[in-house]
Amino acid sequence: MRAFLVLEDGTTFEGKSLGASGCTIGEVVFNTGMTGYQEILTDPSYAGQIVTLTYPLIGNYGINPEDFESGQVQVEGFVVREAADSPSNWRSDRTLDAFLKERGIVGIQGIDTRALTRALRVRGVMMGAVSTEDTPESLLLRIKNAPNYAAADLAKKVTTPQPYRWRVEDTHPTPMEETARNVEPRYRIALLDFGVKYNILRSLAGYGCETTVYPCTATPEEVLRENPDGIFLSPGPGDPEQYDYIVRTVRGLIGKKPIMGVCMGNQILGYAFGSKTFKLKFGHRGSNHPVKDLNTGRVYITSQNHGYAVDPDGLKDGMEVAHLNLNDGTVEGLKHKELPIFSIQYHPEASPGPTDSAYFFQQYIEMLDRVYVK
Amino acid sequence: MPKDPRIKKVLLIGSGPIIIGQAAEFDYAGAQACQSLREEGIEVVLINSNPATIMTDLEMADRVYVEPLSVEFVERIIARERPDGLVATLGGQTGLNLATQVAEAGILERYNVRLLGTPLRAIRQAEDREEFRNLMRAIGEPVPESWIITDESQLGDPIASQIWPLIVRPAYTLGGTGGGIAYNVDELYAITKRGLALSMRHQVMIERYLSGWKEVEYEVMRDANDTAITVCNMENFDPMGVHTGDSIVVAPSQTLSDKEYQMLRTASLKIIRSLGIEGGCNVQLSLDPNSFAYFVIEVNPRVSRSSALASKATGYTIARVSAKIAIGMHLDEIQNAVTRKTLACFEPALDYCVLKIPRWPFDKFVGADRTITTQMKATGEVMSIDRAFEPALMKAIRSLEVGVYGLANKTAHRLSDVELEDAIRIPNDERLWAIAEAFRRGMMVEEINALSNIDPWFLRKIQGLVKLETRLKLSGSTIAQLADKLENAEENTPSIETLEQEYSRVVALLREAKRAGFADRTIAEFAGVPEMRFRRLRKALGIIPVYKMVDTCAAEFEAATPYYYSCYDKEDE
Repeated sequence: MRAFLVLEDGTTFEGKSLGASGCTIGEVVFNTGMTGYQEILTDPSYAGQIVTLTYPLIGNYGINPEDFESGQVQVEGFVVREAADSPSNWRSDRTLDAFLKERGIVGIQGIDTRALTRALRVRGVMMGAVSTEDTPESLLLRIKNAPNYAAADLAKKVTTPQPYRWRVEDTHPTPMEETARNVEPRYRIALLDFGVKYNILRSLAGYGCETTVYPCTATPEEVLRENPDGIFLSPGPGDPEQYDYIVRTVRGLIGKKPIMGVCMGNQILGYAFGSKTFKLKFGHRGSNHPVKDLNTGRVYITSQNHGYAVDPDGLKDGMEVAHLNLNDGTVEGLKHKELPIFSIQYHPEASPGPTDSAYFFQQYIEMLDRVYVK
Repeated sequence: MPKDPRIKKVLLIGSGPIIIGQAAEFDYAGAQACQSLREEGIEVVLINSNPATIMTDLEMADRVYVEPLSVEFVERIIARERPDGLVATLGGQTGLNLATQVAEAGILERYNVRLLGTPLRAIRQAEDREEFRNLMRAIGEPVPESWIITDESQLGDPIASQIWPLIVRPAYTLGGTGGGIAYNVDELYAITKRGLALSMRHQVMIERYLSGWKEVEYEVMRDANDTAITVCNMENFDPMGVHTGDSIVVAPSQTLSDKEYQMLRTASLKIIRSLGIEGGCNVQLSLDPNSFAYFVIEVNPRVSRSSALASKATGYTIARVSAKIAIGMHLDEIQNAVTRKTLACFEPALDYCVLKIPRWPFDKFVGADRTITTQMKATGEVMSIDRAFEPALMKAIRSLEVGVYGLANKTAHRLSDVELEDAIRIPNDERLWAIAEAFRRGMMVEEINALSNIDPWFLRKIQGLVKLETRLKLSGSTIAQLADKLENAEENTPSIETLEQEYSRVVALLREAKRAGFADRTIAEFAGVPEMRFRRLRKALGIIPVYKMVDTCAAEFEAATPYYYSCYDKEDE
């Protein structure tokens, strides 16, 4: 079946349908990672976005039951050059196309994804639509009438409706009522969910932490009710500028418990300490971004997925820049001079991407150890 | 740290004559290193016994010695030139072995010459099988069961282990000279004897042969500040048992999930860090196709044949960066030569598929044993780039210059079914064409996988090409008809648009075939028309290639000095 991808500026690509038929509208972004499409599809930070992968052969290793980063497919639409119809990998149990159909996700294949990427690099990310039923002209009209990416409260869309737990031995979320434990946790963490990835919960569990995940609308009192040992601010989608209510919640937690933030968590901390964010022209999405740790001078290859960066100039009350991106010099991490608070803009949980930054979880534990003198 | 100010003059050892396993790729590396060092204001003294190289051109180095690559000559050059440092890791195994000997003879100490880049201890640890295995055990990286043998009388233990087949690898040789796979006691004795005779240290390693496991390589770089990156990973089309130099190789890996990719990447970085290598390094790993189990096979603590491939495949100048690391620079101080905006401290993102096919000299040596094993026989290789696997494969086949333009060669169709199965089961230079022929005869992917252990992903790609070939053959007469109509059309009647509409199905098929990499010549043959006539038709139909950049970053940044590859995609750059 024929499908079209149309960008806000009228650029049109004709290809073949991938996944479900229908129409979808979102911000079109590219990711340069060569592996990890299943993790990308299910990462809540891609809510509201139509994702294209620059690597042309996608779906080669199929979809497996394990590599999910949330319970759903989160992308608004998916764009690839070639989707594999016969994947080959021992864990694969279905094709990419079958999976997207099953989850009702509209996609397009067979287009020149490099031309699309170049268009986004030059003109910046923009709204776009993929459809199997509209003409390019009617699609353009639909894009013009659709709300802009930055206007939607996507955190509320992807956050958990109810709190849940992730115990040390869990592989899936557990309801709060389930109180039995086989392993006593080393620390109990309260996580504010703006769009958490399972691998953050798995990583924390790997260090012996039990995590209680709270909706992004939770109040500081709700988050602190069970007297957690630490607070974790998750990644998530959307323009951080509009999350006043989250910033207020986080201000209510500062100084009460040690805090680690990742991605949106980093941006929210930026706001909480007086700064703002600005939109990057085409974002950082991929598995190859070099980041310098200003403290050690060491450089790490990191997994990234963000469209906004913290403005370093406004930071106050003891918060300072700790990591910088070597490609464009933007802020990639913050650290408080006195309080046990730090955050990074990229993804220590990887999945997909390099695991070089997993040490941040270790640092968080060590920070908790210092606070609780273990 | 910027470059070490104490280093003003450097001696670079080349790789000597071109031999199997060590071809012109080391000239490429050496030439790049010369330029890289001189860019930093370093005076370069070069020794290479092979004058037929670019690196020995007068403008490449400041001083060129075309002299025998022996300890004695190196000492005389050092005595005369008094360099501050020696770079050993860019001249292949020859350069590395010679540098090791020079260092062990105490010459470097005597003349106060520093071995730059990877320290000698790391080289020893990577090259000595026993030391390497001990290190891997110490850092928790899995290595297959093995035994070090210095005399045939020590074969009792491996035989008693009952692990068959076993692979025999001689120490300190290149291209795996003298190695092989033993399926029984007799073969084990024969191969061991040969291997011992050829090893510089009279030592061979015998280990579990990982039959049917995937072979994956990572090209990694590390600087003195312990920053480490992977430049590229590569997956072998031929599973374990075929020397990498004799394998068809694809970059990046195609059948590894992110979990597998990252697991092996993490292992490779752990290894380069534990060895303390400063510069480029190649790590070969073996992955079970049915679990997360893997083994570390070996490490080349230097720029290798695979580095040259990885360099060209990604645009990342491994030898250039290695040379700068050798004089003390850090990865985040070295510019990415392609983008000129970003740094060498990143990992290239590919938005295309790269294929390497080895070139064997069997056309010159009629009657030579054409099977390929763990001992490298290829004398060269070709590389191709395209947006998908199929056209990259077809391009590479044509580049081999063996008179074959696609998936049909001159011999496979003459084989009996039994011979054909043998040609698929036992690796040989014509296996690719035997596989295509098997698909023509209706064999299934599963059957060919059972015979060859080649991943079904690759096999289905070849099967897809054979299916397309069948459709082209069936449409041959229609293609010929269309070509005729076009040639004989008077003054735009019928117009090309009318013809395109009338023949829309066959035009779509032609687009698909060109996109999949079929040569004009092949399609013309199926249609029974002259190649040039088909070519005119194709162009009239507007089926023409576009050119895309190799820019190291999948279009994320603008590139300053890119190179291009052709493909039948949409946008021409």
